[in-house]
Amino acid sequence: MAGAGHGGDPADGAVAAERALAAVFREETARLTAALVRVVGDFAVAEEVVQDALLLAWEHWRADGIPSNPGGWLWTVARRRAVDLARRHARYAAVAADGDDRLALVFTCCHPALSHEAQVALTLRTVCGLSVEHIASAFLVPKTTIVQRLTRARRKIATAGIPFRVPEPERLGERLTAVLAVVYLTFNEGYLASHGEHPQRRDLAEDAEWLATLLAREMPAEPEVLGLLALIRLHRARERARFDAHGRLVLLADQDRSRWDRPAIAAAAELVVRASRMRRPGQYQLQAAIVACHTEAPAPEATDWPQILLLYNALLEHLPTPVVQLHRAVALAHVAGPEAALRELDTVATALQHYHLYHATRAHLLRRLGRTEDALLADRAALERTANPAEQALLEQRLGGDDSGRPQ
Amino acid sequence: MKYVLLFCGNDEDAAAFAALSEEELKERYAQVGRWFGENRARIGGSNQLAGPDTATSVRFGASGPPLVTDGPFLEGKEQIGGYAEIDVADLDEALEMAKTWPGRGTVEIRPTAR
Repeated sequence: MAGAGHGGDPADGAVAAERALAAVFREETARLTAALVRVVGDFAVAEEVVQDALLLAWEHWRADGIPSNPGGWLWTVARRRAVDLARRHARYAAVAADGDDRLALVFTCCHPALSHEAQVALTLRTVCGLSVEHIASAFLVPKTTIVQRLTRARRKIATAGIPFRVPEPERLGERLTAVLAVVYLTFNEGYLASHGEHPQRRDLAEDAEWLATLLAREMPAEPEVLGLLALIRLHRARERARFDAHGRLVLLADQDRSRWDRPAIAAAAELVVRASRMRRPGQYQLQAAIVACHTEAPAPEATDWPQILLLYNALLEHLPTPVVQLHRAVALAHVAGPEAALRELDTVATALQHYHLYHATRAHLLRRLGRTEDALLADRAALERTANPAEQALLEQRLGGDDSGRPQ
Repeated sequence: MKYVLLFCGNDEDAAAFAALSEEELKERYAQVGRWFGENRARIGGSNQLAGPDTATSVRFGASGPPLVTDGPFLEGKEQIGGYAEIDVADLDEALEMAKTWPGRGTVEIRPTAR
């Protein structure tokens, strides 16, 4: 992040070209794979053909530039190869590709018969077109682990008979939950990785937004899809203000709100409203509504805490977890005072013993009550429990005597 | 595609089953009978297995003659109570069937090797 914004660096042109290529690849990979699964009728073979085509495109386009119709270019190359294969293997009965099958591809990758880890890896690889190296580095696991995960998942799709299609309407709800969980997990990993040198990995957050955008375009009548897209966009609209010049995390209340992307926030908030009109509330819509409440306030003091508390009450019904209770306690502190919030926190003490934000929140509340010694102990407990360098820096700063920080 | 549904259970499932009253037991068997009836078109061979205390295992080592032991291959808490071969379109259809199984416990779905 430091040192961004140089002009005239000769490397900049090359970086821009690579970025443009990556964007085209992301847009085209899943479309191509989905269409090819229909043609060759085999998931793993389709993926292999796509990889061949992408490799060829990478070589050609880097030299000659991206063609005006990159999708058409790739389709021609891939189809030729698929037809060759179909001739050799009678079982790849050629079926005509119809339209945009990317949604079916997403549902196959996120099938509940695959492990969560496999769902995420497969979606990033097959739908978003990320390289194995990129996925491995995003999740801080060795490349071989991702390769194994992908190989095993592809084999299971083929041998266990996991179908390639969008589920029937009566099954869509539960299957969609799995898909949204994968997108949300991807976003969280990109937005605030729990460990590593770079606390924020922008690309995964970008990939998650791209996935959510794809889902929202294909399923515009599913309010939770819109809710998740709004949630991601609301967070990303504040991206520039989340870290200071030293790479330290800046808490919501201390962020420079003039650096927030106001038009993006307004558009995302509108999305939340559109979803809520469908009268099928859910965890992502409620989370987005909460973030919208925060981001629409012109200043921290102007935050509508009673409204946020109401939203957390509703969220607890959909997502009754200790972490939601923790966040609700923060809202409660603003509405009913730190003592009420501390009492609320006591009920999740055991469950959140190992969660740094539990201790950081307690520290803040204790400090407001003038219990400085207890607050320092809680801060120290929080510091011991986070591996994220940005959060560590923030807590260290607070232990050094500056207590202006506030958990978000 | 062809799959085998393995009807499995652990100690708790076995205890819950043993605790059923005569009436409940009758009803459970009736439900299982209806399930097989409703799915008759998709089911090939099927059977309930006698308890694991009746099992005998023949184990092959790296060398030497096979070892015959009293007891099931699966040690401890898990056991297989029965099986059904099914022929359905894909895993989703197999999952639909397994989710309606009235016998409780756990149903493992395994595709057969072609």
